[in-house]
Amino acid sequence: MITRRTALMGVAAVALVIAAPALADDLKLPRESVELVAPPFVHAHDQVAKDGPKIMEFKLTIREKEVVIDDQGTKLQAMTFNGSIPAPMMVVHEGDYVELTLVNPETNTMPHNVDFHAATGGLGGGALTHVNPGEQTVLRFKATRTGTFVYHCAPEGMIPWHVVSGMHGTIMVLPRDGLKNPEGKPLHYDRIYYVGENDFYIPKDENGKYKSYDSPGEAFADTTEVMRKLVPTHVVFNGRVGALTGKNAMTAKVGETVMFVHSEANRDTRPHIIGGHGDYVWETGKFSNPPEKDLETWFIRGGSAGAALYTFRQPGVYAYVNHNLIEAAELGATAHIKVEGEWNNDLMKQVVPPGPIPVGKSSAAKATVLTR
Amino acid sequence: MLLAMKLKAVLTAAALASPFAMTAVTPSDTLPSAQEFAALKAENFSYRVAGDFSRDGKPVAAPLRRIKLDSSLAIMTRQVTAAEYARCVDDGGCPRIPQASTKDNMPMVGVNWRDATAYARWMTRITGKLHRLPTDEEWVFAAAEKASDDALPVTEAVDPVRAWIARYEAETSRERPALLAPQPVGAFGRNERGLRDVAGNVWEWTDTCFLRHDIEPSGTTRVTNTNCGVRVVQGAHRAYMTDFIRDPRSGGCAAGVPPANLGFRLVIEQETWPGLRWIAERAAGKVFGHL
Repeated sequence: MITRRTALMGVAAVALVIAAPALADDLKLPRESVELVAPPFVHAHDQVAKDGPKIMEFKLTIREKEVVIDDQGTKLQAMTFNGSIPAPMMVVHEGDYVELTLVNPETNTMPHNVDFHAATGGLGGGALTHVNPGEQTVLRFKATRTGTFVYHCAPEGMIPWHVVSGMHGTIMVLPRDGLKNPEGKPLHYDRIYYVGENDFYIPKDENGKYKSYDSPGEAFADTTEVMRKLVPTHVVFNGRVGALTGKNAMTAKVGETVMFVHSEANRDTRPHIIGGHGDYVWETGKFSNPPEKDLETWFIRGGSAGAALYTFRQPGVYAYVNHNLIEAAELGATAHIKVEGEWNNDLMKQVVPPGPIPVGKSSAAKATVLTR
Repeated sequence: MLLAMKLKAVLTAAALASPFAMTAVTPSDTLPSAQEFAALKAENFSYRVAGDFSRDGKPVAAPLRRIKLDSSLAIMTRQVTAAEYARCVDDGGCPRIPQASTKDNMPMVGVNWRDATAYARWMTRITGKLHRLPTDEEWVFAAAEKASDDALPVTEAVDPVRAWIARYEAETSRERPALLAPQPVGAFGRNERGLRDVAGNVWEWTDTCFLRHDIEPSGTTRVTNTNCGVRVVQGAHRAYMTDFIRDPRSGGCAAGVPPANLGFRLVIEQETWPGLRWIAERAAGKVFGHL
């Protein structure tokens, strides 16, 4: 039957459709079905595996939808896994099997697939997971390497467009015995946040106003033109300017150790906690390498996810930014963390509050005195 | 089966036709004239079915069939020219393509399936004859010796990874057209049916949707998914193209030689069954005017 999808669109899904060698269902392992949650939150998980390897079942449903990406009402014809930008973060342990059901509902207009940087072969799964609207597929791969890894849609001929339209997420593969510091001592976190950064390329009309479109296909040509100049119009966390600020700011308490996982599927970035640090940072996100200590800013290569542990020592508001400050302040890459607890005067004290400059003494003179 | 396919194509084209009454426009030399449609008598020909085929979840070669179109085929002997498309744009019937040529001796390129169908719809409106894109079967028949058979190089019962690599090698070893820029009409010669520039460096949109098929143990072929957001384009090789793409390219995981340019030629629906004509005319507003 021919459907009335003539007004809709799709990606050439046929060029590479191969079936995996039929996996005999010989894996006699326990199964665990995980309910994914929307970022910046992460589903409940054990940091140290309690048992042996499992088959971890996840489901991603692709949603094409219009979203608003800033306070001016700028619209994006987004493509998403499970409706969020970024897609939900998955957590498994080394040696587990990730079994993903990828659903492309009939209501979508395009074929999609998924490429897991944590997976080996088959274009990360991209070659085995092309699903047209109205289809679903199940992919299983073994998590053989530890670390934080990006996953993203990778349809032939239009990969970057799908990725910068929102189709990317992160999977974290923990060592079975948990995280370690460079000396091999266990590390633990009390909370975890997943910050997915996204560069957007919204076309403008002749008056410089952002354009909107009725469908992703209609936005494609103009968006590609903006993308090719490599200058994003928006650089945001969690899909929208200000998504992790105000009532949606991240929270923590003094004394708590927080894991921040930061991904950018397309473009380099450099997270920085204004007023804080990275106590232990896996800048490349791969836990087989010892974490670096005491970082001020860490570099996330485009197409990767990194992880940082920080124990908050001082209460207050922290800004979590991409420390290209133009991107943070002008394009949107700013989040906030509200931290409750007791102020520590030893770490910082306001000795003299701001006030008038005393008459007769220049600040330069005072500086001279201080250096004696 | 072919009749059913054709009926679908007609219905689709008819549904796309404007509901408004036809505009009286005097045909001029910026319209493809009747002389530029070849009337090809139906004959048996070999046809490699388009789309994906699998058996037991493994990819297999698409069946090669001997088929015959239901009736003769009236198809343009050349591709729609830049000047012809420009006239449709000026008349408000077709989307304007930035930087497009308007020359009368050059094929129109840089069009997506929606642009091409808009042109067919406009031609239907101003000529009163149902114009549409050819189906893949019709194109292959008209292309005759210029049509290429895109069977998988490795087929049944083999390691799918070897099939994948073989496919990659086949796709990447295709020759790139020596000339990427569109050439004047006729530069690529005529085929044995008298059509110009078939399988030159302009690929042509067809109306055929991308289908996935399952071949059941009984040998029956069942369509498991229909994706009309992807259409078959034809030329030096068959390709599957998202309907909003005007400028195909490869890169990333997309290997192989993409079509150099996207253009089209039209067919005129033949009056084989009065019912079809009636439906088409009704959809075009000829019978019931503004209804």
